[in-house]
Amino acid sequence: MAAFIQRKRLLLVLLSGILLLSACSTTPKTTQYTEPPMRKYEELVDQSKTYPIDVYDPLEGFNRGVYRFNYYFDKFIFLPIVNTYEFIMPVFAQKGVSNFIDNVYEFSNFTNNLLQLKFKESGITLARFAINTTVGVAGLWDPATELNLRRQKEDFGQTLGHYGVGDGPYIVLPILGPSNLRDTTGVVADALAFSNLGPPAWVDDDDATLAFNVVTAIDRRHRVPFRYYGTGSPFEYEMVRLLYTSQRKIVIEK
Amino acid sequence: MPKIYLLILAFLLTGLLAGIASAEEASSLDLQRYDTTVKKVPANDSAKLPAKVPIEAFPVRPYFFPYVNPFEATVMEVPSIYSAKHPAEVPTEVFRIHPFPDRKTPDVFWYDKGLICSLVYQKHEAPLVFVIAGTGARYNSPKMVNLQKTLYQAGFNVISISSPTIANFIINASSSMVPGNLYEDAKDLYRVMEMAYEQVQSEIKVTEFYLTGYSLGGIQAAYVSMLDEEKKRLDFRKVLLINPPESLYNSVSKLEKLLGDNIPGGEENFDDWYKQLIDSLADIYEEMGYFDLTGDFIYKAYKRHPPREDFLAALVGLSFTLSSADMVFASDVMRGGGYITPKNVIMNNSTSLRPYEMVATRTSFTDYFHEYFYPYFRQQEPGLTEQTLIDRLTLKNIENYLRSARKIGLLHNEDDIIMLPGEVNYLYSVFGNRARIYPTGGHCGNMDHPDVVRYIVNFFNRKEG
Repeated sequence: MAAFIQRKRLLLVLLSGILLLSACSTTPKTTQYTEPPMRKYEELVDQSKTYPIDVYDPLEGFNRGVYRFNYYFDKFIFLPIVNTYEFIMPVFAQKGVSNFIDNVYEFSNFTNNLLQLKFKESGITLARFAINTTVGVAGLWDPATELNLRRQKEDFGQTLGHYGVGDGPYIVLPILGPSNLRDTTGVVADALAFSNLGPPAWVDDDDATLAFNVVTAIDRRHRVPFRYYGTGSPFEYEMVRLLYTSQRKIVIEK
Repeated sequence: MPKIYLLILAFLLTGLLAGIASAEEASSLDLQRYDTTVKKVPANDSAKLPAKVPIEAFPVRPYFFPYVNPFEATVMEVPSIYSAKHPAEVPTEVFRIHPFPDRKTPDVFWYDKGLICSLVYQKHEAPLVFVIAGTGARYNSPKMVNLQKTLYQAGFNVISISSPTIANFIINASSSMVPGNLYEDAKDLYRVMEMAYEQVQSEIKVTEFYLTGYSLGGIQAAYVSMLDEEKKRLDFRKVLLINPPESLYNSVSKLEKLLGDNIPGGEENFDDWYKQLIDSLADIYEEMGYFDLTGDFIYKAYKRHPPREDFLAALVGLSFTLSSADMVFASDVMRGGGYITPKNVIMNNSTSLRPYEMVATRTSFTDYFHEYFYPYFRQQEPGLTEQTLIDRLTLKNIENYLRSARKIGLLHNEDDIIMLPGEVNYLYSVFGNRARIYPTGGHCGNMDHPDVVRYIVNFFNRKEG
């Protein structure tokens, strides 16, 4: 569910738009007829305790607005594009595209492994890039994994976490989905490093970079099976928030 | 999805919680163990079977299930060699029906517009099987999808119906909006089945109707079948109950205790338990060097660190608690609040549901039964006692019908964790030779085992009478 696109300007415009749209009160509206329920929060939940499953979410009203926006964006724009892509492309070609993109992004894995002083993982990443770019024909295949050189996924959010930076407030990013302040910083930093120092800078061709970014966005969405409001649980927002936070904790601690 | 995700993720915790529970234990699983009550068939027999039934192509061998502990069987993903082979995708159409078009959906469920069902269709004339999902499961939950593929491969059309316990069903398709009453649920389900069929009728050619369901969906299938005897509109020719509870109340009481009983210090320590779980997952990730959620990976992790039974039991309890919390919340909001949400408040998209989630997860199914469900039905039927209601929500309640209806078959496991001692035997005595009881498999853990899949396909393929 993490980052799919790097277009920051679009993101800013969307962000400000959503800020205006979303009402921020997170408590239900009461009327003179409101009566307390039989099973009361105050009686059943020990409020003196801290619950680690409660994720810090001071922007909840805003976040819920973005969550809803993402549902509509998915429904009317993103998923129709992804479905068309899946319809046109043969499955093996989709796999090839995913491999190609993963290979290009080994740049971010490499820099972040290095920043965390994980030399073995950096080496594996470098070896993967070399093997997949040559034997794997420009990264369209992934022979490195067959050789048990598995992908060492790291991003700048993880790097920050590795050095003790906490989650910060939970943030639902437009289009990109669940995140938090630390990981959002990571997404921006990775995107900047990637476009200024990474493969797009080596190639130095705006059209190619644009095409690559568009395909990357489609490919990433194509690979994420998550659908907004697809769990059937009325508490989906809360569940996703918890699972995102837990999952990031796992990949940072590993 | 998160529930499943959480479950599977969670299972991987095995390592740490298992502590020093020896890896030897795993290898002590007797790989040669098989059940002698299952008739042996020569392996080459499969060659004689008609080619149009690809499921039959599996080599026939004595039933063997890799997890002998019923909690393991229930929770763990099965390695691919012990599960049936299915095509990656089958022709599927997802559609919505609106049994109560005039009902106003509260703003907090703004995204919920119509009951979602799916049709898996054949190009040729074929029977149509209705499948009812288990507690908390949707039309597209993993077990449902496997069943759809199994039945598609066997040449049937399939319409999948989400469990009446899930929010989408309560909001759109339940007349009382108080799920759990088998008679009422059967009426709701029957209405849904008729409407769903009507909606897709022009796309498929149906020869006759069959019905199945697993877990809660299994006992509901029995009641739907009984209702059908009266209405005769679908006129089911074959009905298969898969791992149904004998008594809803007994099974639910057993399930909901699993979480609190298996977390050190009880349910109030859930958060510590969860924290520990996440830390352990990080360790497993580090140790294995990679992470995926396939049965093969999980089986590999399992071989290294057999999980403790209390941990697995807590997971089953957790899954049930989450399903039950969703159900109680949806039902209460739809009926105007007063049970776990305040009466007469307006909730919308930006309302934080966390306080209600906290209360809902602290409301057990038996709380729901005594404080909400029973009072509701007593209002409809003065003089109704709790015990009468409990006794009604059983298969025993319709024993005469089950004995006489030869078209109904039963698939169950001796070690099903939702059953009290004696309940499986009781069902066996009712169904006799229409029952197939496997020795292992836990609760619905073996539904995709090649032998079980073959049994299901044969059940629906066999000639009547």
